[in-house]
Amino acid sequence: MILHELISYDVLRLTWWALLGVLLVGFALTDGFDLGTGALLPFVARSDIERRTAINTIGPVWEGNQVWLILGGGAIFAAWPQLYAVSFSGFYLAMFAILFALILRPVAFKFRSKREEPAWRSRWDWALFVGGFVPALIFGVAMGNVLQGVPFRIEKDMQIFYDGSFFGLLNPFALLCGLVSVAMLVMHGAAWLQLKTSGAVAERARRFGIVAALLTVALYAAAGVLLANFVTGYAITSHIDTAGASNPLLKSAVAQGGAWLANYTSHPTLWVVPALGLAGPVIAAICLAARCPLAALLAGGAGITGIVTSVGVSMFPFILPSSVDPSASLTVWDSSSSHLTLFIMLVSTVIFMPLVLAYTSWVFSVLRGKVDPDAIKDGKSHAY
Amino acid sequence: MDFDIVGLSRLQFAITALYHFLFVPLTLGLSIVIAIMETVYVMTDRAIWRDMTRFWGVLFGINFAMGVATGIVMEFQFGMNWSYYSHYVGDIFGAPLALEGLMAFFLEATFVGLFFFGWDRLSKVKHLIVTWCVALGSNFSALWILIANGWMQNPVGARFNPQTMRMEMTDFFAVLTNPVAQAKFVHTASAGYVTAAIFVLGISAWYVLKGRHLQLAKRSMTVAASFGLASALSVVVLGDESGYLSTEHQKMKLAAIEAMWKTEPAPAAFTAFGFPDQAARETHYAVHIPWAMGLIGTRSLTTEIPGIDDLVARAETHIRDGIVAYDALQQIRAAKGGASVPPQVQAAFEEHGNMLGYALLLERYVDDPRQATPEQITKAAWDTVPRVAPLFWMFRLMVGLGFFFILLTGTFFWLSARRRLDAHRWLLEVAVWSIPLPWIAAECGWIVAEVGRQPWVIEGVLPTAVAVSNLGASTVLLTIAGFAAIYTVLLVIEMKLMLEAIRKGPDAHAPTGIEGRPAGSVDLAPAQQHP
Repeated sequence: MILHELISYDVLRLTWWALLGVLLVGFALTDGFDLGTGALLPFVARSDIERRTAINTIGPVWEGNQVWLILGGGAIFAAWPQLYAVSFSGFYLAMFAILFALILRPVAFKFRSKREEPAWRSRWDWALFVGGFVPALIFGVAMGNVLQGVPFRIEKDMQIFYDGSFFGLLNPFALLCGLVSVAMLVMHGAAWLQLKTSGAVAERARRFGIVAALLTVALYAAAGVLLANFVTGYAITSHIDTAGASNPLLKSAVAQGGAWLANYTSHPTLWVVPALGLAGPVIAAICLAARCPLAALLAGGAGITGIVTSVGVSMFPFILPSSVDPSASLTVWDSSSSHLTLFIMLVSTVIFMPLVLAYTSWVFSVLRGKVDPDAIKDGKSHAY
Repeated sequence: MDFDIVGLSRLQFAITALYHFLFVPLTLGLSIVIAIMETVYVMTDRAIWRDMTRFWGVLFGINFAMGVATGIVMEFQFGMNWSYYSHYVGDIFGAPLALEGLMAFFLEATFVGLFFFGWDRLSKVKHLIVTWCVALGSNFSALWILIANGWMQNPVGARFNPQTMRMEMTDFFAVLTNPVAQAKFVHTASAGYVTAAIFVLGISAWYVLKGRHLQLAKRSMTVAASFGLASALSVVVLGDESGYLSTEHQKMKLAAIEAMWKTEPAPAAFTAFGFPDQAARETHYAVHIPWAMGLIGTRSLTTEIPGIDDLVARAETHIRDGIVAYDALQQIRAAKGGASVPPQVQAAFEEHGNMLGYALLLERYVDDPRQATPEQITKAAWDTVPRVAPLFWMFRLMVGLGFFFILLTGTFFWLSARRRLDAHRWLLEVAVWSIPLPWIAAECGWIVAEVGRQPWVIEGVLPTAVAVSNLGASTVLLTIAGFAAIYTVLLVIEMKLMLEAIRKGPDAHAPTGIEGRPAGSVDLAPAQQHP
């Protein structure tokens, strides 16, 4: 098979770096609003019918949305096996906490309305809260740690060793990133709830959403200032073959203050990305206040895209820097799959991703419109 | 089970996989049963078939939620607990997992919401298409997962790359059309269909025994018995063992299942009963059926099936070749891709590179395989024998159940054809008590396939013992406790909800009928309403 050589290895790697971003953004945009709705549930909806209304806005779509996470996991495994191996084993207990929350979520949706007792329902409401809040927080904390570098080494026969601990992940900068993540997903969930509900729930969602959007801007700006001034970046110091073998140990790299700004200095147009991350939530706050939820959802979504993308752009070509052995850091050029695998995965993505987007849009269009509390009450609609 | 990191990681994977596999077979089969029922509804326009679709759909939904919840764990665990595995074979193994998400799970999960919420928003035909998409999606999912799993048993289409120190894909088509994966898919999917058929059959039989929902129950039994009989035949005829002769270790697995310690002249006898003794390397009180093994295993009278002792002797040769490959590899790696590798070293690696995995078997006993003593080599060769007794018994239990399922579904198929489904109360009771049996058979099947793969995680390529993450034992112990706790609680809740939903019956879930009449009344006279 030589077909795959039609696209050169370095172009494929760059494409898969971009696709990694697309998957993370896709996850944050789709599953993001239902994680945010889950985190808001106990606060925006008080009576049982209010809660059921809020849950039913995401009831028919959350499963499809969550596949973005599952596909993201699979794509990292297939396209960036070393990234998958190092990050999932290194963040072991954090991953377990995410899994715990994500195990609770599907069953909470399904089981909650099966019984009438308020205690039963309230328990599952808290499960939905945990299932929304905990993953949102941990994904942000993980990003914060990746930006600072992670204590891993690669030794004999490419065995991976991780020197950090779970509590080491909870450092101030990482927690700040966790809060950015929670705030932006809550903003997104609030815009969604305002769009899909009416009355008291929509009104409370509006207020929470405005606060969350403004917090997103403030926290993201604070994280940016800290990143520029106090977080040590990384830089490659040797020649690196962008189409060479995927072996991180063939190059050398160092920790270097201010290195995460290097890409913006050499390509000033890239400032558009963090600017989008700042402007999006501001516009979202204005639209929420003006009761234009669809515009708020789109503006907030643009903001989330800017925030997630800015992490990748700042670090490029690094994907996962090592704080204890910077030369072992994983970069775009030395931690990907083979040329053939990247090519096959790209072809599959080009064919199937448009199909996925097409039928997902169709499903959303079938479900368009506000959720009607009366329809839930009379039990016809098979609602949760 | 010793408290080392390998044992603990295996224990956690086994617990979470066996648990996930409680929900998968039912999803696979029930999605199709439901789609069949809805197809009949759309074609005949009889409301009872819609009520059937919705009722079994409720049970499907409870089961599906548990499947989704426990499925994510499986995907994350490779990276969490098996990081060297992920690095070593992610180039091949990751691809089917990603494609599963892209082609199958997206389809299934996006449409499953509309299946439940779309009844009032979609036309009948559109809703039917949605239901079939869910069924197709879940079955495609199984296909991709079994392509990944099949590759662990028979790693085709890949080559070791000394520069990256991992396996890399050379032929994607070979990975897709892996005969082991194909056999596994047909076998596992059919087993899922049988599970769903007996689930529907048993619950319907309970309704008939109680004299409730007779129309719905009898129609469901007819669908379940015919679908179940076809699937039960397919499970046995297209058994998993059809792929067992394709590789060396598959032969070892077959020999272990049969407790065949020594090679016998073809066609070999089948050991119907006996007590395998791994230490003494013999089977006590064995009862043989002449010729049967040769026929089952090779579909021929003349092909010889190698016994365990012969296969161990071959493994010992492979280990010695593997050491040569390991030595050449270390020299190639020391040269860091430079041109300074002597040609004879390169040639040695070319010749023996495919046996590299066998050298890694020695890492249990010695840090550097090149330093291994002859005793250690012999020990490592005997390590290639999986645990015989559990394989022997689980396989027989599974096969016995498989034949029972043919008998059960066949009987009800015959009764249904003669319209005498309620003629024999004791048969209905047998059907009710048979509900758990397909799960026992499926879990046995999983254990036979995966315990039989040991000591390899990727057959002949990577031993399980070197594939783990470098985690602390207490960390893994903590997560095992966490999974065990949440899984136990959820299983209890899930069973309770299932039983509640079954006890309530279809009336509680069916909304008002097409003419605004309660669905329960449709139950009584379905034919008159929609002639």
